[in-house]
Amino acid sequence: MIIDIKNLNFIYNPNTPFESRALDNVNISIEKGEFIGLIGHTGSGKSTLVQHLNGLIKPTSGEIIIDGTNITDKDVKLKSIRQKVGLVFQYPEYQLFEESVYKDIAFGPSNLGLDESEVHIRVKDAMEVVGLDFESLKDRSPFELSGGQKRRVAIAGVIAMKPKVLVLDEPTAGLDPHGRDEILNEIHELFKKEGITIILVSHSMEDVAKLVDRILVMHQGKIVMDDKTREIFKRADELERIGLGIPQITKFMREFKTLGKDVREDILTVQEAKEELLRYFKEKRR
Amino acid sequence: MNNIMIKVENVTYEYKSYIEEEIQAAVKNLSLEVKKGEFLVILGHNGSGKSTLSKMMNGLLLPTSGDIYVMDMNTKDEEKIWDIRQKAGIVFQNPDNQIVATIVEEDVAFGPENQGIDPAEIRKRVDDSLAIVEMTEYKKHAPHLLSGGQKQRVAIAGILAMNPDCIIFDEPTSMLDPTGRIEVMNTIRKLNQEEGKSIVLITHYMDEAVQGDRVVVMSQGEIQMEGTPKEIFSQVDKIKELGLDVPQVTELAHELRKEGIDIPGDILSVEELLKLL
Amino acid sequence: MIKDITIGQYFPGDTFIHRLDPRIKIIIVALFIASLFFIDNFYPYILVVGFIYGAVQLSKVPLKFILKGLKPLMFIIMITFVINIFMTKGEVLFEIGPLAVTKEGLRQAVFMALRLIFLITGTSLLTLTTSPIALTDGIEKLLSPFKKVGLPAHELAMMMTIALRFIPTLLEETDKIMKAQMARGADFESGNILRRAKNLVPLLVPLFINAFRRADELATAMEARCYRGGDSRTRLNELMLKRSDIVTLGAMILFFGLIISTRYI
Repeated sequence: MIIDIKNLNFIYNPNTPFESRALDNVNISIEKGEFIGLIGHTGSGKSTLVQHLNGLIKPTSGEIIIDGTNITDKDVKLKSIRQKVGLVFQYPEYQLFEESVYKDIAFGPSNLGLDESEVHIRVKDAMEVVGLDFESLKDRSPFELSGGQKRRVAIAGVIAMKPKVLVLDEPTAGLDPHGRDEILNEIHELFKKEGITIILVSHSMEDVAKLVDRILVMHQGKIVMDDKTREIFKRADELERIGLGIPQITKFMREFKTLGKDVREDILTVQEAKEELLRYFKEKRR
Repeated sequence: MNNIMIKVENVTYEYKSYIEEEIQAAVKNLSLEVKKGEFLVILGHNGSGKSTLSKMMNGLLLPTSGDIYVMDMNTKDEEKIWDIRQKAGIVFQNPDNQIVATIVEEDVAFGPENQGIDPAEIRKRVDDSLAIVEMTEYKKHAPHLLSGGQKQRVAIAGILAMNPDCIIFDEPTSMLDPTGRIEVMNTIRKLNQEEGKSIVLITHYMDEAVQGDRVVVMSQGEIQMEGTPKEIFSQVDKIKELGLDVPQVTELAHELRKEGIDIPGDILSVEELLKLL
Repeated sequence: MIKDITIGQYFPGDTFIHRLDPRIKIIIVALFIASLFFIDNFYPYILVVGFIYGAVQLSKVPLKFILKGLKPLMFIIMITFVINIFMTKGEVLFEIGPLAVTKEGLRQAVFMALRLIFLITGTSLLTLTTSPIALTDGIEKLLSPFKKVGLPAHELAMMMTIALRFIPTLLEETDKIMKAQMARGADFESGNILRRAKNLVPLLVPLFINAFRRADELATAMEARCYRGGDSRTRLNELMLKRSDIVTLGAMILFFGLIISTRYI
């Protein structure tokens, strides 16, 4: 098990009139190499949870064990936590600060105390992962790049720290469909090649359906659902009740089935829907 | 009276890129008309020139060549510029960076205050505008405590209070969560249908584009496609080539057609496809 | 820590003090500050305490809230106290090493510390009972006669409004960037001063760049909303002097006149 969260609670501004419970007895265990989707509407506690994972927020109570280390222990070095869990925030391009792409990506690995040659290799690898050409871009200022490229530089900056768990908070927010697909594909490639554990926080049910194996649904600080992707999207009514939806294609197939047609309802992509419908038409013709 | 709200005539906009120091054109010899009362969508990927075009539509940027008329006033006419900005208001992408005041109603009043309108009339316009965007109960609140969708609706109220005939929306939902996006899209539709405002919506979300009367697809500073949402989205391959999306059901219908199933290609919603199959 | 600073914070309410015209309140506070500097013995402080106490009661701002505002400034008050206690010559009470505490020093230290405390509570009462908008409006109106000599009254007020509007936004952003850089292993908490200052670069650079970007976007948005400076601008809530404002101002002029006159009796 790479992540094991037990009875995690977090209260903002405890003992004041502004007290609010952001996490309410959260229990999660995640195996190494899982691709997890974390969904829930704004204010459901997703970001609070994610920030706990690399020690940016200390829990009010409960335990977080990552790769065998209890990161809520007082003697745990923050550096070692950050080596284990990489966190890419929303709109990460607004955190770029260095004069060159190379230096910006090198910031994380250098902070880990790695020597120069190792940092060099990591920067190069990370740029390749996110599809940035090393030779032509390494000396450019990150501020001259396009929006999508800046985002990639920022993501590479976290990937270069080689975390065992990579958490991405809305990595495609504000990007156009093409930019979104590129980044999602790169993340998927990284997952397949390196076998790292990924947690994707997203508002887009279509993206989540396409990519992840398992979904955690948060609502009012609680994990209200935790299951395989297909199982989660079968519970459309429950999702809708807490202000979330399902992919349009899943919705279509569900409604098609309720018309009395004999089709699977746990469809996640257009490709699957097409195959299922072709099968259905073939059988009908017979 | 003609029924043209905004007329764009052979407009080119050039700028000096600060990386390669060369002249680049964001908009190339483009012509376009926005009719009164119309809901026009300009769809395009990032860097297609759609934002530049929107900023030219109320004189924030001036064309390098060609002319733009807002209700027959040329945006190059310096004497008319404030009338143009009053007639064609613009709402931007980042709700945080367009709210000026520390109290919601004071912010909504900012535009009419600049126009030198009588305080009693400002009060009326502020109240009316906040009612239209359904933010009346927040009028004494501090903007930074509102949600993204609420902030964006305050920004819309701020434009409405100037009493424009046309409102240009420059990617108004791209920084919002799904709830905020729905709130803002509902408001935009309401402004078009109930308040009779002409709408120019700039976006890269296809689910927003299908709500318009007419869609213009831009790429590389030029208009690539133009038509009703049905006409546009039935051309699935071309849309994808331009780096954009179509609704999943549209794509499904398109894929099924390729497999020889006889259904029309201009399906935009779940309901339509259900009826057909 | 930043949350503890109450100076400049508005405490909403609808009391007599809240409703006073901001211009009148600014003038009263100016008179109050001036009179504090005229006082040269303890007795008029009784009047000052009475004034502050009365104003706090009327404003319905909890006294605890106002005292909390003193906390971050305690350091300055202490320094004033210490400097005065040791630096004043006179009748020696006792000695601590080379430093002598004199009777006059003790008196002077208490006197100056009280002056500072009164100064801070008086001014924070102004900001606590006046919304930022009303405050800037008041300043703009009071400064407008100086426009003729080239003082940009409207522009100053507009700058203040925008600053107040964006302080919470920028604080939130600072927090976000800080966390993001910490996630990349940045360390903002250890090392000597030089090291710490250097470590702030990853925080300050993005913060400045984002602030400039915001400023640019805000300027465009303001232009789009027909902003063209202060001339011919009207206001949603025009400031109007009420009879009670005039009466209050008159009473306060008499009151502070009395305090100032104690110096010459």
